[in-house]
Amino acid sequence: MAEPHAETSHADHDHKPHGWRRWVFATNHKDIGTMYLVASCVMFFIGGSAAMMIRAELFKPGMQLVDPGVFNSLTTLHGLIMIFGAIMPAWVGLANWMIPLQIGAPDMALPRLNNLSFWILPFAFSLLIATLFVPGSAPAGGWTMYPPLTLQFGDSFPMLIFAIHLMGISSILGAINVIVTIMNMRAPGMTLLLMPLFVWAWLITAFLLIAVMPVLAGAVTMMLTDHFFGTSFFNAAGGGDPVMFQHIFWFFGHPEVYIMILPAFGVISEIIPTFSRKPIFGYEAMVYAIASIAFLSFIVWAHHMFTVGLPVSAQLFFMFSTMLIAVPTGVKVFNWAATMWKGSLTFEPPMLFAIAFLFLFSIGGFSGLMLALVPADYQYHGTYFVVAHFHYVLVTGSAFAIFGGVYYWLPKWTGRMYNMALAKWHFWLSTIFVNVLFFPQHFLGLAGMPRRTPDYAVQFTDWNMVSSIGGFAFGVSQLLLPYIVWRCVRAGKPVEGNKAWDGAHGLEWELPSPPPFHSWTVPPSDALVARGASH
Amino acid sequence: MHRARLGILGGTLALLATAAGAPVASAQSGWSLLNLPVGVTDVSRKIYGLHMMAFWICVGIAVVVFGVMIWSLIFHRRSRGAVADVTLIHNTKVEVIWTAVPVLILISMAVPAANLLVKINDNSHAQLDIKVTGFQWGWQYTYMKSGVSFVSKLAYDTDAARQLGSGINPDTVKNYLLDVDHPLVVPTGTKVRLLITSVDVIHSWWLPDFGVKRDALPGFINEVSFTVDPGKLGVYRGQCTELCGRDHAYMPVVVRTVSPADFAAWLKRQQALQKQGVDLSAQTIAAPAG
Repeated sequence: MAEPHAETSHADHDHKPHGWRRWVFATNHKDIGTMYLVASCVMFFIGGSAAMMIRAELFKPGMQLVDPGVFNSLTTLHGLIMIFGAIMPAWVGLANWMIPLQIGAPDMALPRLNNLSFWILPFAFSLLIATLFVPGSAPAGGWTMYPPLTLQFGDSFPMLIFAIHLMGISSILGAINVIVTIMNMRAPGMTLLLMPLFVWAWLITAFLLIAVMPVLAGAVTMMLTDHFFGTSFFNAAGGGDPVMFQHIFWFFGHPEVYIMILPAFGVISEIIPTFSRKPIFGYEAMVYAIASIAFLSFIVWAHHMFTVGLPVSAQLFFMFSTMLIAVPTGVKVFNWAATMWKGSLTFEPPMLFAIAFLFLFSIGGFSGLMLALVPADYQYHGTYFVVAHFHYVLVTGSAFAIFGGVYYWLPKWTGRMYNMALAKWHFWLSTIFVNVLFFPQHFLGLAGMPRRTPDYAVQFTDWNMVSSIGGFAFGVSQLLLPYIVWRCVRAGKPVEGNKAWDGAHGLEWELPSPPPFHSWTVPPSDALVARGASH
Repeated sequence: MHRARLGILGGTLALLATAAGAPVASAQSGWSLLNLPVGVTDVSRKIYGLHMMAFWICVGIAVVVFGVMIWSLIFHRRSRGAVADVTLIHNTKVEVIWTAVPVLILISMAVPAANLLVKINDNSHAQLDIKVTGFQWGWQYTYMKSGVSFVSKLAYDTDAARQLGSGINPDTVKNYLLDVDHPLVVPTGTKVRLLITSVDVIHSWWLPDFGVKRDALPGFINEVSFTVDPGKLGVYRGQCTELCGRDHAYMPVVVRTVSPADFAAWLKRQQALQKQGVDLSAQTIAAPAG
């Protein structure tokens, strides 16, 4: 990557390590952001390989490729790797890169902590992936790790727990850093309600992370002591309750899904105004909507557990609270639509991904609303309908927003423009095949195919074949992304001026591309802050 | 991995051959399987109705919202000379409207859903109690009053075909993965209450045609009930829907419905057999490979 030449202070050059030290001892928010994004990309392809094997086994009925136990390990690792390895680190990478640029700060508030929170991840994922090679089997109880099933796995079990602990510590440290940076290092003129929506979304996400990652750590630690120290938290034979694990897990797990989608809301709220050439519609409503969704995320967890036999009153409560999420989420979609209304739209790759997000995330929202209705959930629960639902929100939601964000800010990061035509190929192939991949899974689930099964009744063959073909094509298309980024870094056409996009607003576009090593060495003036504000 | 790639290639080629005009040899075409079954109980029909109502409401919302967005994509594009109206950034009135209208729509869905939920969870006045015990990997059914009890496991021919590299085409196996040695037998027109539990890990007993799914938890007993419409005689099939280990896909739920008179006779016969010391679960099952 081209070394940025900071124009102001030569102190910049004093503490700038080179070679491998630049990365191992990294304290610069951009370098750490880059490492997070690269790591996320690597994990995306590892998790994707597991998905390819899953779709290959499900191409037709009967067992052709793997043992059912291995299949269960593949689904488990696919889930854990994609959630904790691909999506979450990508968001932390974008936060690292963009928050200081967007709030007018020189760097993140806690640079060494930042280094630590990144370098925990390679250890966490080495440990997790190493479970494939220990005696017994890799974890095969699903990413939800329900006991007693998960307690049945041998040497891989403590490795799984420790890997989860490491991921949790990394996330908490990252979240602390984000909160401290946003609260303390904003430009003097930037009040909270002048902050870009990506910063708002991440601020709220960081609070969710701090609130729930310790809960997950607690749940898996209780399971660890059940396994090794004779406790019976979740062991019915000892007076424990396996359903309690599910309550604790989903008290983490539901906010967790918003941890993966709220930053996406932020990115989409940056992209759509830029390419509509209009300020975001209803800025304050957007902020309140994110905050409401975050609040609601804490009181809906049992909608993952409607079939465990909760009292009717509890089922009613969780049905109503879950349905309520549709209100602030709807407000967001309506505001995005209103932002495009009477705009002057162009369709560069970031905007294409943002538009696909609007449509496809909404489809995930609709199936989510249907899943909230408890009687209907009795039929949907544990089927491919659920698989289709959460892949629409996580792939065409979170992952598409990450792609959009990368294509949006890549010229800023590198000072170079990527191959726009190739990026459009990436968009169209992804968007077409992701629907070929996941839309038929709605049909499969409704028609009765349970999830997490390596084999299926023959009447499900046709749609599974379609889904697998979509999966292979979607998977192969993703290879375009690292290629496009690599070509851009190496040989992209230099970007003229500070703004890569004519409609862009925000402090990041007031800095040169690439930005200087210590992003904002002098805080931006109130006038700059006001000019950058999206409203 | 190499094998996986070959499998993908082979599968893709096979599909291309199919697309080229060769008719699919499958007995059941799956293309038309798009929706929930209506089922054979009052509850399953009402769930189907709720599901379809929610679906059409979502379609309606999608038409309006996607319509507005598509309108913008077509008519508000710069290439058509659209100039951005930058004054359009806030409107309290529309914000209130698009908060309040969804609330009303949600209420219209929540009320019937809540009524149905209360009705489904009414397990009182059951005429027949059956204990269902999940285990790795099968179900044990115990008729509470008569004591008739047997184990229901994957049928032999499916079990042979489902082994890795068995060489048996699943299309040739009748009710592949959805057949058991001993189905649960229940009378029609009778309120049956299932008492569901497990002896090891968590399972989930699902019969789509009855609109029944409930988890089987070790140490706990869940109850759920259903009444099959009179005259709906037949065999209904479902599967375990909670990941329960290696053979999670291989513990189907199969229920045969019979008339109350036939049921009484059947139960009496089983009771007599059991009294003579006959093991009702006895059947030779090939030992699982691996």
